[in-house]
Amino acid sequence: MHVPDGFLDAPVSVATGVAAAAAVAVGLRGARRELEERTAPLAGLVAAFVFAVQMLNFPVGVGVSGHLLGGALAAILVGPFTGVLCIAVVLLMQSVLFADGGLTALGTNVTVMGVVTVAVAYALFRGLLKVLPVSRASVTAASFVAALVSVPAAAAAFTGLYAIGGAADVPLGKVLTAMIGVHVLIGVGEAAITALTVGAVLAVRPDLVHGARGLRHPLVLATTAPETPSGPQGANTGKGVTA
Amino acid sequence: MGAGHAHKLYRHGHSRVHRLPAHCKIAALLCFVLAVVATPREALGAFGLYALLLGAVAVAARVPAGFLFRRMLVEVPFVLCAVLMPFVAEGEMVHVLGVPLSVSGLWGAWNVLAKGTLGVAASVLLAATTELREVLQGLQRLRMPSLLVQIASFMIRYGDVIADELRRMRIARASRGFEARGVRHWGVLAKTAGALFIRSYERGERVHLAMVSRGYTGTMPVLHEAPATRAQWTYAATLPAAALAVCLMGWTL
Repeated sequence: MHVPDGFLDAPVSVATGVAAAAAVAVGLRGARRELEERTAPLAGLVAAFVFAVQMLNFPVGVGVSGHLLGGALAAILVGPFTGVLCIAVVLLMQSVLFADGGLTALGTNVTVMGVVTVAVAYALFRGLLKVLPVSRASVTAASFVAALVSVPAAAAAFTGLYAIGGAADVPLGKVLTAMIGVHVLIGVGEAAITALTVGAVLAVRPDLVHGARGLRHPLVLATTAPETPSGPQGANTGKGVTA
Repeated sequence: MGAGHAHKLYRHGHSRVHRLPAHCKIAALLCFVLAVVATPREALGAFGLYALLLGAVAVAARVPAGFLFRRMLVEVPFVLCAVLMPFVAEGEMVHVLGVPLSVSGLWGAWNVLAKGTLGVAASVLLAATTELREVLQGLQRLRMPSLLVQIASFMIRYGDVIADELRRMRIARASRGFEARGVRHWGVLAKTAGALFIRSYERGERVHLAMVSRGYTGTMPVLHEAPATRAQWTYAATLPAAALAVCLMGWTL
């Protein structure tokens, strides 16, 4: 779904470029709060991971090709602000070095694949976690749903932009149906990869998953003879979740 | 990792284009692509001139045509899709060999193909003549926020770590007789992805700590502080200046 040069007209490219720059500026401010001094290494690793995932590219038709986006994975692992930065960096490097996605369409690509996917996925993820019980399984389930919905949402956003500034008058209904249809399929793949990766990381290093900070318990000093008769203090941390 | 950290994208050379500072080249690339995109699609000759300009750059950089074309294959998915456009689009129709084709679809396909291909070729030339490390330094010189430069440089560094780690895990799986044959094996592959993330993260964490303990403060030290001279800027500006002339010609003719 990397938009090439010349696919959308100039006003749309400029407008999305401004939107993307604003989003990156907001991300830069927010990222400092999200992850203290480890920001850059963890974000870089997530970016490399997303980069690898985005290499799975297949044509969809009418000038666009589909691939996994990785926005949901980035948002859940490092938080929404750093997530936007990761995706923006991935897209920039792809367009400069691999010529994947046009340089003048960079703003469009960042807006659609970075901002929209991250925002939709993270909002949905947070909302689901509020409703679901606090456990590792619900974090995994929430990341599955968030990733599943984020991909068609990005496709719909792209179709909206195409309606405003498309280069050829392809009937909009056809574009929307094709885009959403294909991207629901891609979304299933994306959801499976996101949920399984988040689940696997959560099982071993829950401290690396930004979206699961609610699961962390403060360390409790477990003594052999608990002084309070109401039960050992460390009982609720017995499920392998130690941070 | 053993090959002097040179990346596969880079083609070693000593031409004048190779020696240009990276930030000059990035700025030239950006201006060139802007000029190309701003050209009206009806100016067919202009796109031929752009291709000639890029050809001249390739000759000056001594990048062989075969190398350039092989790297441009990344564009193939776009080409396949652009070819479909005349069949899907609506509006005024022309009949070629009895097949109805949409006029606006044909123009749209040509537009994407011509501009996309020129953009791809220009980016490939930049990557072939500039080392990754220099690209990052160039972006830093062009005032990209330092956090973004850091993320990008860690991404490139971890790219190799992840690829190596993945190769090791694949060999480990294969040596235990594993072969992914269907949906039943997805679980194993998914655990691979998760384990890959954790293992590369923990390796990357050690790399980062090692860097910090050697005085890393967030920016890579610049060993050769070489600001671009006026002559270098002029040389780099030749391409976008010529492209701008072609673009203006495309609008007036």
